[in-house]
Amino acid sequence: MSARGPFLFLIFTLIAVGLTSIYYRHVESGVPLTTGEQITLWQIEAEISFTGKNDAVSAQLTLPQDPEFELVEEFTASPAYGVHVLREAADSKVVWSKRQVSGPQTLYYQGLFKENRDQERVDEPIQRPEFEPWLEPYQATAQALLNDAYAKSGNRELLVMQLESVLQSDDQSVAMLLSRYSRTEVFLQLLEMAAVPSKRVGGLVLEDGRRHQTLVPLVQVYINQQWELFDLQSEGLDPDLPVIIWLQDSPALLDVVGGENSSISFSISQVTRSALQAANAELANGDLFNFGLYNLPIAEQNLFKGILLLPIGALVVVFLRVIVGVKCSGTFMPILIATSFIQTELLNGVLGFLLVVSTGLVIRSYLSHLNLLLVSRISAVVIVVIGIIVLFTIIAFRLGLTDALTITFFPMIIMAWTIERMSILWEEEGGQEVLVQGGGSLLVAVIAYLMMDNALIRHWAFNFLGVHALIMAAILLMGQYTGYRLSELRRFKPMTDD
Amino acid sequence: MFNFANPFELRRRGVMGMNQRNFAYISRYNDRSMFPNVDNKLKTKTLALEYGIAVPDLLGVVRMQHDVEEVFQILEQHEGFCIKPAKGSGGKGILVILHSDENGYKKASGDYVSRDEIVRHISNILAGLFSLAGAADVAVIEALIEFDPVFNGLSHEGVPDIRMIVFKGYPVMSMLRLATHASDGKANLHQGAVGVGLDISTGVARSAVQYDRPVSKHPDTGMDLKAIQIDGWERLLHLSAACFEMSGLGYLGADIVLDKNRGPLVLELNARPGLAIQMANGMGILPRLRAIEGLTHRRTQSVEQRVEFSIKHFKQTD
Repeated sequence: MSARGPFLFLIFTLIAVGLTSIYYRHVESGVPLTTGEQITLWQIEAEISFTGKNDAVSAQLTLPQDPEFELVEEFTASPAYGVHVLREAADSKVVWSKRQVSGPQTLYYQGLFKENRDQERVDEPIQRPEFEPWLEPYQATAQALLNDAYAKSGNRELLVMQLESVLQSDDQSVAMLLSRYSRTEVFLQLLEMAAVPSKRVGGLVLEDGRRHQTLVPLVQVYINQQWELFDLQSEGLDPDLPVIIWLQDSPALLDVVGGENSSISFSISQVTRSALQAANAELANGDLFNFGLYNLPIAEQNLFKGILLLPIGALVVVFLRVIVGVKCSGTFMPILIATSFIQTELLNGVLGFLLVVSTGLVIRSYLSHLNLLLVSRISAVVIVVIGIIVLFTIIAFRLGLTDALTITFFPMIIMAWTIERMSILWEEEGGQEVLVQGGGSLLVAVIAYLMMDNALIRHWAFNFLGVHALIMAAILLMGQYTGYRLSELRRFKPMTDD
Repeated sequence: MFNFANPFELRRRGVMGMNQRNFAYISRYNDRSMFPNVDNKLKTKTLALEYGIAVPDLLGVVRMQHDVEEVFQILEQHEGFCIKPAKGSGGKGILVILHSDENGYKKASGDYVSRDEIVRHISNILAGLFSLAGAADVAVIEALIEFDPVFNGLSHEGVPDIRMIVFKGYPVMSMLRLATHASDGKANLHQGAVGVGLDISTGVARSAVQYDRPVSKHPDTGMDLKAIQIDGWERLLHLSAACFEMSGLGYLGADIVLDKNRGPLVLELNARPGLAIQMANGMGILPRLRAIEGLTHRRTQSVEQRVEFSIKHFKQTD
């Protein structure tokens, strides 16, 4: 009580750490809150082909740079090539290289991307584009077009829209410009003349099941604090389909040195995956701040999947004892029994438990006539428990009851102690107390099992380690609960009856 | 099924719950290092002799398994006796023998036990079967209480005792615990003994419960429980108040028996006394505990001053 301040600080810290960690895992790393959550991913495969000239080859493929898409996984397939993925702030690329190459070659790059819609294409530095005048009469025509559009628009957004619609029309001066430049080029030139930040990008339209796709030339214009995409050439870009921006203006998409007739095409397919899998594949790429257990070997992961359920059981036991006031023997016995129920399934577990304990009690009552010392009696009970389990397992197997074989999952020492305690209880306080405490323990174990076996709770316990900080805080708080237990409200009922 | 008390009503009446007892009283007022003073009955006895507190006579101690047979030499010299584990709790492991005859050793319940069973019982005690953490223990052999005939017809098959709650040296609440057939001669309320609330200032019975339900007659003997009055009450108050200095525990339960020849004797002390005493008295204990917590004496109060305070302030009026 005297250390109230530090205690509250500790509780607050635990809750803050727990919530922050859960928030980070969920929002930043994308670990889903529920188990079954599915997310859609885009699998994009780039197929590069060229013919080797019996010489050393190095092929560079520029990788997409789009904040709206997050790379989840990538693979490369390339027979006997050395492969490097270079990641730099400006651009990332895959480089394939081989000393001696001849004949037709095919290289593959496959990337799995997640759409990240809340990441806007915003924060890029806005550079005033360098404007180079065209030759006359094209420059003058362009200037006239711009002046006309400028006069007809109120602001930058409307100006861009005006320019776009003019370029799509059969205006004569537009036709003249298009005789020499592409629509995209004209659009960019006009925007640069109007000092509107813009750039040429290569985008890939994502539509499930498309093959042999190429990048579409697109223009990004900075309007209203964000980059917007404009398509002037292909006309028929479905606005509902997402577009991944693969190429930012400068570097070439593909650069093959030592090969000829190089070409690239893309195939796109949509895949669904469990969100958890996707998040973890992403985390495997090394994020130190992210506390997940998925980097551990599978065997250790499975071990932790079990261990991390124990705090859940402890929480249940503390709650049932401190708040509800259930009588049970021992604190950890119910948790351990619940843990073995996970292996045995509930019905088998309860039946097995009752079978072992009741048989054990009968044999133990004989042992008590032998005047044994405590240590040897406990040891004898352990052996008896093992004997009972072996016997039941063999009988069950002979009868073809394979379900009953799970009885072997019971922790022997715990069972032996349970039998010993129950037996003493029987001698000291009678059979009724054995029923009360044994039943209480079994009830707590069953409730703990139901909590620990819940798919969602298991998912949380393993994937959100912050939950354990919250459980710790809850257990500490319950340790300070000085109110009445639920059972006491019944017990003390006569005191309020007068 | 939904027969629950209103927690606010309980709070208003000052009824203390288990969590509050553990957190706000036992863990705050009872220093852990003092627990052995009460958890080890041999140590309690030694301390009691030092502080001049009357306790039942110690007949012998069995410390080693190979000494177990010696117990019968001790027992030959005494008619009845009581074998207890030094570190037992909740009355566990106490074997009371009234006398021995050709049938064997007669228990308080009237059943006989054999020599072998006594040996086994002591072996169990030594192995730590009844001790709190299962630690090795010693068996204490005590003289039997010849209980005061004032309780004749009140307690069935067992010794009645008086439980006093002593807070910071002030007696705050008390009850008489009467064994019943259901409790198998034991005075533990959760085993079915009857608890009779006693007015702390006079030792007069007020109300009684069995299994947490109000009763007015002893279930076995039919005696009127309200008619009970304990004589020499102030001696009991002094004896229990003095247990504070002896044990060093702020919140404590003292179990006192009335011996025909020696008067009140402290049978054992308890650092974690139960809550049933509130039900036996039909009132919550918290107002009294708070009254004592509110005292601001600079100087340590003597046993007499504390008893005087309790008599004056905790008198039940109705």
